[in-house]
Amino acid sequence: MNTWKIENAKNSLGELQQIFISEGLVVQALPTGSQPTVINAEGLHILPGFVDLHTHLREPGREDAETVLTGSQAAVAGGFTAISAMPNTLPVADTAGVVEQVFRLGKSHGLCDVYPIGAVTIDQKGTHLAELSAMNQSEARVRIFSDDGHCVSDPLVMRRALEYVKTFDGLIAQHAQDPRLTENSQMNEGEISARLGLKGWPAVAEEAIIARDVLLAEHVDSRLHICHLTTAGGVEIVRRAKERGIKVTAEVTPHHLLLTDEKAESYDPVFKVNPPLRTNSDVIALREGLADGTIDIIATDHAPHPNEAKDCEWSAAAFGMVGLETAFSIAYLTMVQSGLMTLADLVNRMSSSPARIGRYAGHGEIRVNSPANVVLVDLAATWHVEREHLHSKSKNTPFHGMELPGVIKKTFHNGALVYENLDSRGGVKK
Amino acid sequence: MKHLLSINDLSKAEAINVLDTAAELSRLSEGTVKKFPTLRGRTVVNLFFEDSTRTRISFEAAAKRLSADVINFSAKGSSLSKGESLKDTALTLQAMGADAVVIRHGASGAPHQLARQQWMTGSVINAGDGTHEHPTQALLDAFTLRRHLGQDAGDLQGLRVAIVGDVLHSRVARSNVLLLQKLGAKVVLIAPPTLLPVGVASWGAEVSYSLDAEIESVDAIMMLRVQRERMDDLYFPTEREYSRNFGLNLERINSMKSDAIVMHPGPMNRGLEISADSADSTRSVIVEQVANGVSIRMAVLYLLLSGTARSESNSTIEVGV
Repeated sequence: MNTWKIENAKNSLGELQQIFISEGLVVQALPTGSQPTVINAEGLHILPGFVDLHTHLREPGREDAETVLTGSQAAVAGGFTAISAMPNTLPVADTAGVVEQVFRLGKSHGLCDVYPIGAVTIDQKGTHLAELSAMNQSEARVRIFSDDGHCVSDPLVMRRALEYVKTFDGLIAQHAQDPRLTENSQMNEGEISARLGLKGWPAVAEEAIIARDVLLAEHVDSRLHICHLTTAGGVEIVRRAKERGIKVTAEVTPHHLLLTDEKAESYDPVFKVNPPLRTNSDVIALREGLADGTIDIIATDHAPHPNEAKDCEWSAAAFGMVGLETAFSIAYLTMVQSGLMTLADLVNRMSSSPARIGRYAGHGEIRVNSPANVVLVDLAATWHVEREHLHSKSKNTPFHGMELPGVIKKTFHNGALVYENLDSRGGVKK
Repeated sequence: MKHLLSINDLSKAEAINVLDTAAELSRLSEGTVKKFPTLRGRTVVNLFFEDSTRTRISFEAAAKRLSADVINFSAKGSSLSKGESLKDTALTLQAMGADAVVIRHGASGAPHQLARQQWMTGSVINAGDGTHEHPTQALLDAFTLRRHLGQDAGDLQGLRVAIVGDVLHSRVARSNVLLLQKLGAKVVLIAPPTLLPVGVASWGAEVSYSLDAEIESVDAIMMLRVQRERMDDLYFPTEREYSRNFGLNLERINSMKSDAIVMHPGPMNRGLEISADSADSTRSVIVEQVANGVSIRMAVLYLLLSGTARSESNSTIEVGV
């Protein structure tokens, strides 16, 4: 049953493409005598499976919010074949033991590849480097490190981390947030925060760290990745850094491509997120930055929280939004339907580039003799986001009730059909 | 109108109606009738997550003068201080049949959550939420201004009102800026730049960093409470420096227009934002603000609740709009 013939699909360039899958790989031709399952994908596009470099899976420790299994289910429902588990679990993924646990859980579920991201510092405290090398040499082969949720704010710690991971082509993914400038901050600092009486989170708190870190990366000639860029000023700093040849890459989340701080006017904590929703001019700059390649990738920052963490007053609520299942649709809406980029560009930002930055072999392209990590999408169809229908264990989506373009029809991971869109789950076809 | 969460919930006409209703209730209270049967059988819950003496007592007095049953639910010594969620509290109040909940909460937007989530069906009245709004304070301030500087009717067209001090953290300032401008007054915010929010320019008020430059031209001055802890957060270097530049003293009062009034929402830090002799001077209407607060809260409860059920035939209060 694991041989497939997918015919009549179009690729990201709009060309008709037929592919064969056998024994987990995309193959030139099926072995003689094999009896493939034939999928007539007329009207659908076949794309390389999406790759997320920023996912919170909550296991171990907060299995009430998400597990590696439910997170993987959400991932494949969103067309992702590789995700990256952020280390802010309980305990923190700052040792080989924890990253191996997460890696093995992902492998045993077999829905998508789960690549653990290791903490930069012990317990994400920002003071002492975690055993980065041990995590890299573990079965999980960790190559990306981040204290996400916290900023590596001490410049010396950041410098040492950037230098240290060069031994194994590692990458530090920085959550850029100056802690002093954002103590108790609740939302973007500006006209809306002034009116709502919610403590402001200035753009400069993000931009100052980005500016410092690109200079550090230049000085020690290391690779730096900026997580969830949200401000026009941040885009400009990264653009200039790239012009100077600094090895910096950057990501943007789907929610920051669509939503603005005006959403806070409802005081509905589903819109409370770190970094916060910014202004309309920031959204425009982020879209432009993604289109011109200043921002390399889209990453979800999928952050599941149980109901009680959002069913309360704004300042008591947790930061974060789930995003795996809506990412492609929001990206398609904001970037392709808006005319800012082509479908091929979007595939680059959601699949090829993240696979390249993470060094995730077997992802990011559909190629003969490579693992069959592919997704079939219906770009003409729309679906209605219904939070109770999400596969994620948590329902904190800011897109509830929206009608979105782009329906994920089927997801293949290593040649196995791991997700198939049925009407009752994952969205309604039109 | 079902709830009073923000001054933005009121149109200009509705705001004036609240003031007129309060004026009528105040006039009636000065006669022989001290208590009206209007809200007999209705339950008003004072839900106070933050300490507050004057606002809670004011709402309690207002509700009792309208014959409502009043339940005081305060954080100290209750399940609220043991971490019961806003949601569970609301469900409890719903089960007890609260017709109106007067909520004071440290989190901006908490009353909006109560109203939006439909955990309970009663009216929600914001009695101060975090650093967001305190609409009944603004209404009583407008009422006081109208009594002293207007015709005790209509709007506040032509007045110039200064709001001085910690605008950044002040819910009183936010509600007053909205209401005073709605009623036609001009507002000037006076504070060190550290105590003004980024984005204040969008409020439509003037902004000044100098009390002495403005004080001669205003018809009323509202002093805001400055918390001493703000010094530790570097908003100003020392109490004395703050007081020298932004505190109200007799010398400054003497430079004001002859009929200008001094206001303060309380509680005061005598000697910090206002000197004791200023607070007690003939220009001060601070004690009167407290009395007017009861009339305003009666008017708000009356207008929110009397429309939601059959009013008793003997309990109508005639109010012209």
